[in-house]
Amino acid sequence: MLRDFIRHFSLIVVPLVAVFAVLPAVYDNHLLLFNFVIFLALAQGVNIIYGFTGYLPFGYVGFFGAGAYGFAIVVMHLNAPALVAVAIAGLVAVLLGLLLTPLLRLTGAYFSIANLAAALAVLHFVANPALEAVTRGPYGVSLTGTFNPTMAYATALGILALTLAIVVFLKNSSFGLALQAVREDPVSAAMAGVPVVRMRVIAWLASALVAGLAGGAFAWYVSVFYPDNVFSSEFSIFAIVFALFGGVATIVGPIIGVLILYGVYNLIGFTTPQYFQLIYGLLIMGLVLFLPAGLVSLATRRGWHVP
Amino acid sequence: MSRDGVLRVTDLVKRFGGFFALGGLSFHVSPGEILGLVGPNGSGKTTAINVISGLYAPDGGSVTFDDAAIGGTVSHKLVHLGINRTFQVPKPFLSLTVRQNVEVARAYGGRRAGATVTDDLLAEYRLAEYADRPAADLNSVQQKLLDLVRALATRPRLLLLDELAAGLNPTELDWISSKIKALAQRGTAIIVVEHLMGFIAQVTDRVIVMNAGKEIFEGTLAVAVQVPQVIEVFLGGEHAA
Repeated sequence: MLRDFIRHFSLIVVPLVAVFAVLPAVYDNHLLLFNFVIFLALAQGVNIIYGFTGYLPFGYVGFFGAGAYGFAIVVMHLNAPALVAVAIAGLVAVLLGLLLTPLLRLTGAYFSIANLAAALAVLHFVANPALEAVTRGPYGVSLTGTFNPTMAYATALGILALTLAIVVFLKNSSFGLALQAVREDPVSAAMAGVPVVRMRVIAWLASALVAGLAGGAFAWYVSVFYPDNVFSSEFSIFAIVFALFGGVATIVGPIIGVLILYGVYNLIGFTTPQYFQLIYGLLIMGLVLFLPAGLVSLATRRGWHVP
Repeated sequence: MSRDGVLRVTDLVKRFGGFFALGGLSFHVSPGEILGLVGPNGSGKTTAINVISGLYAPDGGSVTFDDAAIGGTVSHKLVHLGINRTFQVPKPFLSLTVRQNVEVARAYGGRRAGATVTDDLLAEYRLAEYADRPAADLNSVQQKLLDLVRALATRPRLLLLDELAAGLNPTELDWISSKIKALAQRGTAIIVVEHLMGFIAQVTDRVIVMNAGKEIFEGTLAVAVQVPQVIEVFLGGEHAA
Protein backbone atom coordinates (compact mmCIF):
# COMPACT_ATOMS: atom_id res chain seq x y z
CA MET A 1 0.00 0.00 0.00
CA LEU A 2 2.83 2.39 0.83
CA ARG A 3 4.46 1.48 -2.47
CA ASP A 4 1.24 2.32 -4.36
CA PHE A 5 0.94 5.56 -2.43
CA ILE A 6 4.44 6.62 -3.50
CA ARG A 7 3.82 5.43 -7.06
CA HIS A 8 0.53 7.31 -7.42
CA PHE A 9 1.98 10.38 -5.81
CA SER A 10 5.05 10.51 -8.02
CA LEU A 11 3.28 9.54 -11.26
CA ILE A 12 0.11 11.64 -10.93
CA VAL A 13 0.45 14.34 -8.31
CA VAL A 14 4.03 15.47 -8.92
CA PRO A 15 3.72 15.83 -12.73
CA LEU A 16 0.39 17.65 -12.48
CA VAL A 17 1.63 20.12 -9.91
CA ALA A 18 4.92 20.55 -11.82
CA VAL A 19 3.07 21.37 -15.05
CA PHE A 20 0.95 23.99 -13.31
CA ALA A 21 4.06 25.39 -11.63
CA VAL A 22 5.78 25.91 -14.99
CA LEU A 23 2.78 27.05 -17.07
CA PRO A 24 2.67 30.67 -15.80
CA ALA A 25 6.10 31.19 -17.35
CA VAL A 26 4.89 30.23 -20.82
CA TYR A 27 1.20 31.12 -20.76
CA ASP A 28 -0.05 34.64 -20.09
CA ASN A 29 -3.57 34.09 -18.81
CA HIS A 30 -2.60 33.56 -15.18
CA LEU A 31 -6.13 33.98 -13.88
CA LEU A 32 -7.24 31.05 -16.02
CA LEU A 33 -4.42 28.88 -14.70
CA PHE A 34 -5.30 29.90 -11.16
CA ASN A 35 -8.94 28.95 -11.72
CA PHE A 36 -7.84 25.58 -13.07
CA VAL A 37 -5.85 24.94 -9.90
CA ILE A 38 -8.77 26.00 -7.70
CA PHE A 39 -11.22 23.75 -9.57
CA LEU A 40 -8.78 20.84 -9.50
CA ALA A 41 -8.68 21.19 -5.71
CA LEU A 42 -12.46 21.67 -5.34
CA ALA A 43 -13.28 18.71 -7.59
CA GLN A 44 -11.02 16.53 -5.44
CA GLY A 45 -12.67 17.96 -2.33
CA VAL A 46 -16.01 16.80 -3.74
CA ASN A 47 -14.35 13.48 -4.53
CA ILE A 48 -13.40 13.04 -0.86
CA ILE A 49 -16.90 13.54 0.47
CA TYR A 50 -18.96 12.20 -2.44
CA GLY A 51 -16.68 9.66 -4.08
CA PHE A 52 -15.53 7.98 -0.91
CA THR A 53 -18.44 8.66 1.43
CA GLY A 54 -21.50 9.06 -0.80
CA TYR A 55 -22.68 12.48 0.37
CA LEU A 56 -23.34 14.81 -2.59
CA PRO A 57 -22.57 18.33 -1.30
CA PHE A 58 -24.72 20.77 -3.32
CA GLY A 59 -23.71 23.48 -0.86
CA TYR A 60 -20.00 22.77 -1.09
CA VAL A 61 -19.36 26.44 -1.94
CA GLY A 62 -20.39 27.30 1.63
CA PHE A 63 -16.96 26.12 2.83
CA PHE A 64 -15.22 27.95 -0.02
CA GLY A 65 -16.99 31.23 0.76
CA ALA A 66 -16.46 30.78 4.48
CA GLY A 67 -12.76 30.29 3.79
CA ALA A 68 -12.62 33.39 1.57
CA TYR A 69 -14.29 35.49 4.26
CA GLY A 70 -12.19 33.91 7.00
CA PHE A 71 -9.14 35.07 5.05
CA ALA A 72 -10.59 38.55 4.46
CA ILE A 73 -11.62 39.13 8.07
CA VAL A 74 -8.28 38.26 9.67
CA VAL A 75 -6.46 40.31 7.03
CA MET A 76 -8.76 43.33 7.42
CA HIS A 77 -9.09 43.33 11.20
CA LEU A 78 -5.90 41.69 12.46
CA ASN A 79 -3.52 42.48 9.62
CA ALA A 80 -2.63 38.79 9.55
CA PRO A 81 0.05 37.70 7.06
CA ALA A 82 -1.57 36.15 3.98
CA LEU A 83 -0.24 32.61 4.56
CA VAL A 84 -1.51 32.60 8.15
CA ALA A 85 -4.84 33.92 6.87
CA VAL A 86 -5.08 31.03 4.38
CA ALA A 87 -4.53 28.57 7.24
CA ILE A 88 -7.26 30.34 9.19
CA ALA A 89 -9.52 30.12 6.12
CA GLY A 90 -9.13 26.35 6.30
CA LEU A 91 -9.82 26.40 10.03
CA VAL A 92 -12.99 28.48 9.57
CA ALA A 93 -14.29 25.97 7.02
CA VAL A 94 -13.52 23.07 9.36
CA LEU A 95 -15.41 24.83 12.17
CA LEU A 96 -18.35 25.39 9.82
CA GLY A 97 -18.10 21.71 8.91
CA LEU A 98 -18.25 20.77 12.59
CA LEU A 99 -21.31 22.98 13.01
CA LEU A 100 -22.96 21.19 10.09
CA THR A 101 -22.12 17.61 11.14
CA PRO A 102 -25.78 16.96 12.10
CA LEU A 103 -26.51 17.13 8.34
CA LEU A 104 -24.72 13.79 8.02
CA ARG A 105 -27.74 12.16 9.66
CA LEU A 106 -29.51 12.79 6.36
CA THR A 107 -28.82 10.76 3.24
CA GLY A 108 -29.22 11.14 -0.50
CA ALA A 109 -31.11 14.13 -1.86
CA TYR A 110 -32.15 15.23 1.64
CA PHE A 111 -28.53 15.76 2.58
CA SER A 112 -27.83 17.64 -0.67
CA ILE A 113 -30.78 19.97 -0.20
CA ALA A 114 -29.97 20.65 3.45
CA ASN A 115 -26.35 21.32 2.52
CA LEU A 116 -27.48 23.77 -0.19
CA ALA A 117 -29.68 25.55 2.32
CA ALA A 118 -26.79 25.70 4.80
CA ALA A 119 -24.54 27.33 2.19
CA LEU A 120 -27.22 29.93 1.45
CA ALA A 121 -27.62 30.59 5.16
CA VAL A 122 -23.87 31.26 5.47
CA LEU A 123 -24.02 33.58 2.43
CA HIS A 124 -26.87 35.62 3.88
CA PHE A 125 -25.19 35.71 7.26
CA VAL A 126 -22.00 37.10 5.74
CA ALA A 127 -23.85 39.48 3.40
CA ASN A 128 -26.05 40.85 6.18
CA PRO A 129 -25.67 44.69 6.18
CA ALA A 130 -25.92 44.60 9.99
CA LEU A 131 -22.51 42.89 10.03
CA GLU A 132 -20.91 45.55 7.85
CA ALA A 133 -18.35 46.36 10.54
CA VAL A 134 -17.08 42.76 10.46
CA THR A 135 -17.66 41.40 6.96
CA ARG A 136 -18.38 44.60 5.00
CA GLY A 137 -21.78 43.01 4.41
CA PRO A 138 -23.04 43.10 0.82
CA TYR A 139 -20.55 45.80 -0.16
CA GLY A 140 -17.67 43.38 -0.61
CA VAL A 141 -14.11 43.42 0.58
CA SER A 142 -10.96 44.94 -0.86
CA LEU A 143 -7.66 43.49 0.37
CA THR A 144 -5.06 45.56 -1.41
CA GLY A 145 -2.53 45.11 1.39
CA THR A 146 -1.93 41.43 0.75
CA PHE A 147 -2.23 41.54 -3.05
CA ASN A 148 0.38 39.15 -4.45
CA PRO A 149 -0.92 36.91 -7.26
CA THR A 150 2.36 35.02 -7.63
CA MET A 151 2.42 33.91 -3.99
CA ALA A 152 -1.31 33.25 -4.01
CA TYR A 153 -0.91 31.03 -7.06
CA ALA A 154 1.95 29.13 -5.42
CA THR A 155 -0.16 28.67 -2.30
CA ALA A 156 -3.07 27.36 -4.35
CA LEU A 157 -0.69 24.85 -5.94
CA GLY A 158 0.40 23.77 -2.47
CA ILE A 159 -3.25 23.31 -1.49
CA LEU A 160 -3.83 21.26 -4.63
CA ALA A 161 -0.84 19.05 -3.76
CA LEU A 162 -2.17 18.58 -0.23
CA THR A 163 -5.65 17.72 -1.54
CA LEU A 164 -4.28 15.21 -4.02
CA ALA A 165 -2.15 13.68 -1.27
CA ILE A 166 -5.33 13.15 0.78
CA VAL A 167 -7.04 11.46 -2.17
CA VAL A 168 -4.00 9.30 -2.94
CA PHE A 169 -3.99 8.28 0.72
CA LEU A 170 -7.71 7.41 0.62
CA LYS A 171 -7.19 5.39 -2.54
CA ASN A 172 -4.33 3.39 -1.02
CA SER A 173 -5.24 2.89 2.62
CA SER A 174 -7.55 0.75 4.67
CA PHE A 175 -8.97 4.06 5.91
CA GLY A 176 -10.16 4.90 2.39
CA LEU A 177 -11.41 1.36 1.93
CA ALA A 178 -13.42 1.61 5.14
CA LEU A 179 -14.92 4.92 3.96
CA GLN A 180 -16.05 3.24 0.76
CA ALA A 181 -17.48 0.39 2.81
CA VAL A 182 -19.50 2.95 4.79
CA ARG A 183 -20.71 4.46 1.51
CA GLU A 184 -21.80 1.03 0.24
CA ASP A 185 -23.55 -0.18 3.38
CA PRO A 186 -23.20 1.54 6.76
CA VAL A 187 -24.72 -1.38 8.68
CA SER A 188 -22.32 -3.90 7.20
CA ALA A 189 -19.46 -1.46 7.67
CA ALA A 190 -20.26 -1.27 11.38
CA MET A 191 -20.24 -5.09 11.48
CA ALA A 192 -16.77 -4.97 9.90
CA GLY A 193 -15.77 -2.97 12.98
CA VAL A 194 -15.71 0.42 11.22
CA PRO A 195 -16.70 3.38 13.43
CA VAL A 196 -19.19 4.72 10.88
CA VAL A 197 -20.01 8.12 12.38
CA ARG A 198 -16.40 9.04 13.10
CA MET A 199 -15.30 8.07 9.57
CA ARG A 200 -18.02 10.18 7.97
CA VAL A 201 -17.16 13.20 10.10
CA ILE A 202 -13.45 12.91 9.27
CA ALA A 203 -14.16 12.76 5.51
CA TRP A 204 -16.61 15.66 5.81
CA LEU A 205 -14.11 17.84 7.67
CA ALA A 206 -11.31 16.94 5.26
CA SER A 207 -13.40 18.06 2.30
CA ALA A 208 -14.39 21.22 4.21
CA LEU A 209 -10.72 21.94 4.89
CA VAL A 210 -9.87 21.64 1.19
CA ALA A 211 -12.64 24.06 0.15
CA GLY A 212 -11.77 26.49 2.95
CA LEU A 213 -8.08 26.60 2.02
CA ALA A 214 -9.01 27.02 -1.64
CA GLY A 215 -11.38 29.85 -0.68
CA GLY A 216 -8.59 31.54 1.27
CA ALA A 217 -6.20 31.31 -1.68
CA PHE A 218 -8.94 32.60 -3.97
CA ALA A 219 -9.55 35.62 -1.71
CA TRP A 220 -5.84 36.30 -1.65
CA TYR A 221 -5.55 36.06 -5.44
CA VAL A 222 -8.54 38.18 -6.46
CA SER A 223 -8.31 40.49 -3.39
CA VAL A 224 -11.57 42.29 -4.30
CA PHE A 225 -14.82 40.34 -4.10
CA TYR A 226 -18.45 40.37 -3.01
CA PRO A 227 -20.38 37.71 -1.09
CA ASP A 228 -22.13 36.67 -4.32
CA ASN A 229 -18.77 35.97 -5.98
CA VAL A 230 -17.35 33.59 -3.40
CA PHE A 231 -20.69 31.96 -2.53
CA SER A 232 -21.69 31.52 -6.17
CA SER A 233 -23.43 28.17 -6.64
CA GLU A 234 -21.33 27.87 -9.80
CA PHE A 235 -18.43 26.67 -7.63
CA SER A 236 -20.48 23.81 -6.18
CA ILE A 237 -22.01 22.85 -9.50
CA PHE A 238 -18.75 22.99 -11.46
CA ALA A 239 -16.81 21.07 -8.85
CA ILE A 240 -19.49 18.36 -8.70
CA VAL A 241 -19.94 18.11 -12.46
CA PHE A 242 -16.18 17.97 -13.09
CA ALA A 243 -15.71 15.26 -10.46
CA LEU A 244 -18.65 13.20 -11.75
CA PHE A 245 -17.64 13.65 -15.39
CA GLY A 246 -14.22 12.16 -14.80
CA GLY A 247 -15.35 9.57 -12.28
CA VAL A 248 -15.28 9.73 -8.50
CA ALA A 249 -13.52 7.45 -6.01
CA THR A 250 -10.46 7.58 -8.27
CA ILE A 251 -7.45 9.91 -8.26
CA VAL A 252 -7.39 10.69 -11.96
CA GLY A 253 -11.15 10.93 -12.61
CA PRO A 254 -11.73 14.42 -11.19
CA ILE A 255 -8.45 15.62 -12.76
CA ILE A 256 -9.58 14.47 -16.21
CA GLY A 257 -13.00 16.00 -15.58
CA VAL A 258 -11.58 19.42 -14.76
CA LEU A 259 -9.05 19.44 -17.61
CA ILE A 260 -11.65 18.46 -20.22
CA LEU A 261 -14.77 20.26 -19.05
CA TYR A 262 -13.14 23.43 -17.74
CA GLY A 263 -10.95 23.37 -20.85
CA VAL A 264 -14.03 23.18 -23.09
CA TYR A 265 -15.69 25.87 -21.01
CA ASN A 266 -12.81 28.24 -21.59
CA LEU A 267 -12.32 27.34 -25.25
CA ILE A 268 -15.89 27.98 -26.35
CA GLY A 269 -17.55 29.46 -23.29
CA PHE A 270 -16.35 32.97 -23.94
CA THR A 271 -16.05 33.08 -27.71
CA THR A 272 -19.41 31.51 -28.55
CA PRO A 273 -21.42 31.29 -25.34
CA GLN A 274 -24.60 30.38 -27.25
CA TYR A 275 -23.04 27.11 -28.46
CA PHE A 276 -21.24 26.53 -25.22
CA GLN A 277 -24.41 26.02 -23.21
CA LEU A 278 -25.73 23.63 -25.85
CA ILE A 279 -22.52 21.61 -26.01
CA TYR A 280 -22.14 21.56 -22.24
CA GLY A 281 -25.71 20.40 -21.77
CA LEU A 282 -25.37 17.65 -24.36
CA LEU A 283 -22.06 16.53 -22.88
CA ILE A 284 -23.53 16.20 -19.41
CA MET A 285 -26.71 14.49 -20.65
CA GLY A 286 -24.65 12.01 -22.63
CA LEU A 287 -22.52 11.32 -19.60
CA VAL A 288 -25.45 10.70 -17.29
CA LEU A 289 -27.13 8.43 -19.84
CA PHE A 290 -24.16 6.41 -21.02
CA LEU A 291 -21.38 6.78 -18.48
CA PRO A 292 -22.97 7.38 -15.08
CA ALA A 293 -19.74 6.32 -13.37
CA GLY A 294 -17.73 8.90 -15.32
CA LEU A 295 -15.15 8.75 -18.09
CA VAL A 296 -12.92 6.39 -16.12
CA SER A 297 -15.63 3.73 -16.34
CA LEU A 298 -14.67 3.38 -20.03
CA ALA A 299 -11.53 1.74 -18.68
CA THR A 300 -12.90 0.03 -15.56
CA ARG A 301 -15.62 -1.65 -17.62
CA ARG A 302 -12.88 -3.40 -19.54
CA GLY A 303 -11.42 -4.61 -16.28
CA TRP A 304 -8.54 -2.13 -16.36
CA HIS A 305 -7.50 -0.77 -13.04
CA VAL A 306 -7.79 3.02 -12.79
CA PRO A 307 -5.89 4.71 -9.98
CA MET B 1 -21.73 -16.66 35.49
CA SER B 2 -19.15 -17.68 32.87
CA ARG B 3 -20.10 -21.25 33.88
CA ASP B 4 -23.29 -20.99 31.85
CA GLY B 5 -22.66 -18.58 29.06
CA VAL B 6 -20.63 -16.14 27.05
CA LEU B 7 -23.88 -14.41 26.15
CA ARG B 8 -26.81 -14.04 28.51
CA VAL B 9 -30.07 -12.36 27.55
CA THR B 10 -32.46 -11.59 30.41
CA ASP B 11 -36.05 -10.34 30.09
CA LEU B 12 -35.16 -8.53 26.88
CA VAL B 13 -37.79 -6.08 25.62
CA LYS B 14 -37.86 -4.33 22.24
CA ARG B 15 -40.81 -2.15 21.29
CA PHE B 16 -41.69 -0.66 17.92
CA GLY B 17 -44.34 1.90 18.80
CA GLY B 18 -46.99 -0.10 20.65
CA PHE B 19 -45.81 -3.43 19.25
CA PHE B 20 -43.64 -5.60 21.49
CA ALA B 21 -41.29 -7.40 19.08
CA LEU B 22 -39.54 -8.83 22.13
CA GLY B 23 -41.59 -9.14 25.30
CA GLY B 24 -39.20 -10.47 27.92
CA LEU B 25 -36.91 -12.89 26.10
CA SER B 26 -34.32 -14.82 28.16
CA PHE B 27 -31.67 -17.32 27.09
CA HIS B 28 -27.95 -17.90 27.14
CA VAL B 29 -25.25 -19.42 24.91
CA SER B 30 -21.99 -20.99 26.02
CA PRO B 31 -18.64 -21.05 24.23
CA GLY B 32 -18.54 -23.83 21.64
CA GLU B 33 -22.30 -24.25 21.71
CA ILE B 34 -24.61 -23.96 18.71
CA LEU B 35 -27.98 -22.61 19.75
CA GLY B 36 -30.92 -22.64 17.35
CA LEU B 37 -33.43 -19.82 17.50
CA VAL B 38 -36.66 -21.01 15.89
CA GLY B 39 -40.22 -19.83 15.78
CA PRO B 40 -42.89 -18.70 13.33
CA ASN B 41 -42.51 -15.54 11.26
CA GLY B 42 -42.75 -12.44 13.42
CA SER B 43 -41.83 -14.24 16.62
CA GLY B 44 -38.86 -11.90 17.15
CA LYS B 45 -35.88 -14.03 16.10
CA THR B 46 -34.26 -11.44 13.84
CA THR B 47 -35.14 -8.63 16.27
CA ALA B 48 -33.27 -10.56 18.97
CA ILE B 49 -30.23 -10.85 16.67
CA ASN B 50 -30.47 -7.15 15.81
CA VAL B 51 -30.52 -6.13 19.48
CA ILE B 52 -27.62 -8.43 20.38
CA SER B 53 -25.54 -7.10 17.46
CA GLY B 54 -26.24 -3.48 18.38
CA LEU B 55 -28.52 -2.46 15.51
CA TYR B 56 -31.29 -1.67 18.00
CA ALA B 57 -31.01 -0.54 21.58
CA PRO B 58 -33.12 -2.66 23.94
CA ASP B 59 -36.15 -1.05 25.65
CA GLY B 60 -35.84 -3.26 28.72
CA GLY B 61 -34.00 -6.22 30.18
CA SER B 62 -30.31 -6.88 29.81
CA VAL B 63 -27.76 -8.39 27.46
CA THR B 64 -24.42 -9.43 28.93
CA PHE B 65 -21.35 -10.68 27.10
CA ASP B 66 -18.57 -12.09 29.29
CA ASP B 67 -20.53 -10.69 32.28
CA ALA B 68 -20.34 -7.12 30.90
CA ALA B 69 -23.59 -5.33 30.05
CA ILE B 70 -23.64 -4.63 26.30
CA GLY B 71 -27.28 -3.58 25.72
CA GLY B 72 -27.31 -0.44 23.57
CA THR B 73 -23.59 -0.58 22.71
CA VAL B 74 -22.92 0.46 19.11
CA SER B 75 -22.21 -2.30 16.61
CA HIS B 76 -18.56 -1.61 15.82
CA LYS B 77 -17.65 -1.75 19.52
CA LEU B 78 -19.46 -5.09 19.85
CA VAL B 79 -17.46 -6.33 16.87
CA HIS B 80 -14.29 -5.35 18.72
CA LEU B 81 -15.54 -7.28 21.77
CA GLY B 82 -15.96 -10.37 19.61
CA ILE B 83 -19.56 -10.40 18.40
CA ASN B 84 -20.40 -10.66 14.71
CA ARG B 85 -23.22 -11.72 12.46
CA THR B 86 -24.52 -12.39 8.97
CA PHE B 87 -27.67 -10.91 7.49
CA GLN B 88 -30.83 -12.58 6.27
CA VAL B 89 -30.52 -10.57 3.05
CA PRO B 90 -26.75 -10.46 2.49
CA LYS B 91 -25.20 -6.99 2.71
CA PRO B 92 -21.81 -7.01 1.01
CA PHE B 93 -20.02 -3.83 -0.12
CA LEU B 94 -21.18 -4.26 -3.70
CA SER B 95 -18.68 -2.06 -5.57
CA LEU B 96 -15.66 -3.30 -3.63
CA THR B 97 -13.90 -6.47 -4.64
CA VAL B 98 -14.55 -9.66 -2.69
CA ARG B 99 -11.07 -9.44 -1.21
CA GLN B 100 -11.55 -5.78 -0.21
CA ASN B 101 -14.82 -6.73 1.51
CA VAL B 102 -12.82 -8.97 3.80
CA GLU B 103 -9.81 -6.66 4.09
CA VAL B 104 -12.00 -3.93 5.63
CA ALA B 105 -13.10 -6.32 8.35
CA ARG B 106 -9.55 -7.49 8.93
CA ALA B 107 -8.27 -3.93 9.21
CA TYR B 108 -11.09 -2.64 11.41
CA GLY B 109 -12.29 -5.79 13.17
CA GLY B 110 -10.18 -4.79 16.14
CA ARG B 111 -9.22 -8.22 17.43
CA ARG B 112 -5.64 -8.84 16.27
CA ALA B 113 -6.17 -10.88 13.16
CA GLY B 114 -3.34 -13.39 13.72
CA ALA B 115 -4.19 -16.62 11.99
CA THR B 116 -6.83 -15.27 9.63
CA VAL B 117 -5.43 -14.64 6.21
CA THR B 118 -7.93 -13.22 3.76
CA ASP B 119 -7.03 -15.57 0.92
CA ASP B 120 -7.19 -18.64 3.17
CA LEU B 121 -10.63 -17.65 4.38
CA LEU B 122 -11.82 -16.99 0.83
CA ALA B 123 -10.49 -20.35 -0.32
CA GLU B 124 -12.12 -22.13 2.63
CA TYR B 125 -15.51 -20.68 1.69
CA ARG B 126 -15.12 -21.23 -2.05
CA LEU B 127 -14.74 -17.57 -2.95
CA ALA B 128 -11.04 -17.53 -3.92
CA GLU B 129 -11.67 -17.44 -7.67
CA TYR B 130 -13.84 -14.32 -7.28
CA ALA B 131 -11.40 -12.49 -5.00
CA ASP B 132 -10.69 -9.66 -7.44
CA ARG B 133 -14.23 -9.30 -8.80
CA PRO B 134 -16.73 -6.80 -7.36
CA ALA B 135 -19.00 -8.38 -4.76
CA ALA B 136 -21.93 -7.36 -6.99
CA ASP B 137 -20.89 -10.16 -9.39
CA LEU B 138 -21.55 -12.88 -6.78
CA ASN B 139 -24.81 -14.83 -6.68
CA SER B 140 -26.90 -14.65 -3.53
CA VAL B 141 -25.47 -17.80 -1.93
CA GLN B 142 -21.94 -16.52 -2.52
CA GLN B 143 -22.92 -13.15 -1.07
CA LYS B 144 -24.16 -14.95 2.05
CA LEU B 145 -20.85 -16.75 2.30
CA LEU B 146 -19.04 -13.44 1.86
CA ASP B 147 -21.08 -12.03 4.76
CA LEU B 148 -19.90 -15.02 6.79
CA VAL B 149 -16.27 -14.64 5.74
CA ARG B 150 -16.38 -10.93 6.59
CA ALA B 151 -17.74 -11.82 10.02
CA LEU B 152 -15.10 -14.52 10.52
CA ALA B 153 -12.32 -12.11 9.55
CA THR B 154 -13.02 -10.25 12.80
CA ARG B 155 -12.51 -13.54 14.74
CA PRO B 156 -15.81 -13.50 16.61
CA ARG B 157 -16.34 -15.43 19.84
CA LEU B 158 -20.07 -15.11 19.35
CA LEU B 159 -21.43 -15.54 15.84
CA LEU B 160 -25.04 -14.83 14.91
CA LEU B 161 -26.22 -16.49 11.71
CA ASP B 162 -29.51 -15.11 10.41
CA GLU B 163 -30.97 -17.60 7.91
CA LEU B 164 -27.63 -18.51 6.45
CA ALA B 165 -28.97 -21.81 5.09
CA ALA B 166 -31.98 -20.44 3.18
CA GLY B 167 -31.41 -20.84 -0.56
CA LEU B 168 -28.61 -23.39 -0.26
CA ASN B 169 -28.90 -26.73 -2.06
CA PRO B 170 -28.65 -29.99 -0.06
CA THR B 171 -24.96 -30.50 -0.84
CA GLU B 172 -24.15 -26.95 0.17
CA LEU B 173 -26.23 -27.42 3.34
CA ASP B 174 -24.17 -30.44 4.41
CA TRP B 175 -20.99 -28.57 3.63
CA ILE B 176 -21.95 -25.40 5.53
CA SER B 177 -23.21 -27.35 8.55
CA SER B 178 -19.86 -29.11 8.86
CA LYS B 179 -18.20 -25.68 8.66
CA ILE B 180 -20.42 -24.29 11.39
CA LYS B 181 -19.79 -27.30 13.63
CA ALA B 182 -16.05 -26.95 13.12
CA LEU B 183 -16.26 -23.29 14.16
CA ALA B 184 -18.09 -24.28 17.33
CA GLN B 185 -15.53 -26.96 18.09
CA ARG B 186 -12.89 -24.24 18.08
CA GLY B 187 -14.84 -22.50 20.85
CA THR B 188 -17.06 -20.04 19.03
CA ALA B 189 -20.54 -19.64 20.48
CA ILE B 190 -23.02 -19.66 17.61
CA ILE B 191 -26.68 -18.67 17.37
CA VAL B 192 -28.48 -19.95 14.31
CA VAL B 193 -31.77 -18.42 13.23
CA GLU B 194 -33.34 -20.72 10.69
CA HIS B 195 -36.59 -22.03 9.25
CA LEU B 196 -35.08 -25.20 7.80
CA MET B 197 -35.71 -27.73 10.59
CA GLY B 198 -33.50 -30.37 9.00
CA PHE B 199 -30.61 -27.95 9.14
CA ILE B 200 -31.44 -27.00 12.74
CA ALA B 201 -31.53 -30.68 13.70
CA GLN B 202 -28.20 -31.23 11.98
CA VAL B 203 -26.21 -28.41 13.58
CA THR B 204 -27.71 -27.30 16.87
CA ASP B 205 -26.99 -28.60 20.36
CA ARG B 206 -30.05 -26.90 21.80
CA VAL B 207 -32.94 -24.79 20.52
CA ILE B 208 -35.00 -21.94 21.86
CA VAL B 209 -38.50 -21.87 20.40
CA MET B 210 -39.90 -18.36 20.28
CA ASN B 211 -43.42 -17.11 19.94
CA ALA B 212 -44.59 -13.49 20.10
CA GLY B 213 -41.28 -12.18 21.40
CA LYS B 214 -40.79 -14.75 24.18
CA GLU B 215 -39.17 -18.15 24.55
CA ILE B 216 -41.73 -20.93 24.99
CA PHE B 217 -39.37 -23.88 24.95
CA GLU B 218 -35.73 -24.63 25.60
CA GLY B 219 -34.07 -27.96 24.93
CA THR B 220 -33.23 -30.22 22.01
CA LEU B 221 -35.19 -30.08 18.77
CA ALA B 222 -36.15 -33.76 19.14
CA VAL B 223 -37.95 -32.92 22.39
CA ALA B 224 -39.33 -29.64 21.06
CA VAL B 225 -41.37 -31.35 18.34
CA GLN B 226 -43.19 -33.41 21.02
CA VAL B 227 -44.28 -30.38 23.02
CA PRO B 228 -47.93 -29.42 22.38
CA GLN B 229 -47.28 -25.69 22.83
CA VAL B 230 -44.53 -25.79 20.17
CA ILE B 231 -46.72 -27.74 17.76
CA GLU B 232 -49.51 -25.27 18.35
CA VAL B 233 -47.50 -22.18 17.38
CA PHE B 234 -46.06 -23.85 14.31
CA LEU B 235 -49.02 -25.80 12.97
CA GLY B 236 -52.10 -24.44 14.74
CA GLY B 237 -54.12 -25.67 17.74
CA GLU B 238 -55.85 -28.63 16.09
CA HIS B 239 -52.52 -30.44 15.58
CA ALA B 240 -51.53 -30.32 19.23
CA ALA B 241 -51.86 -33.67 20.95
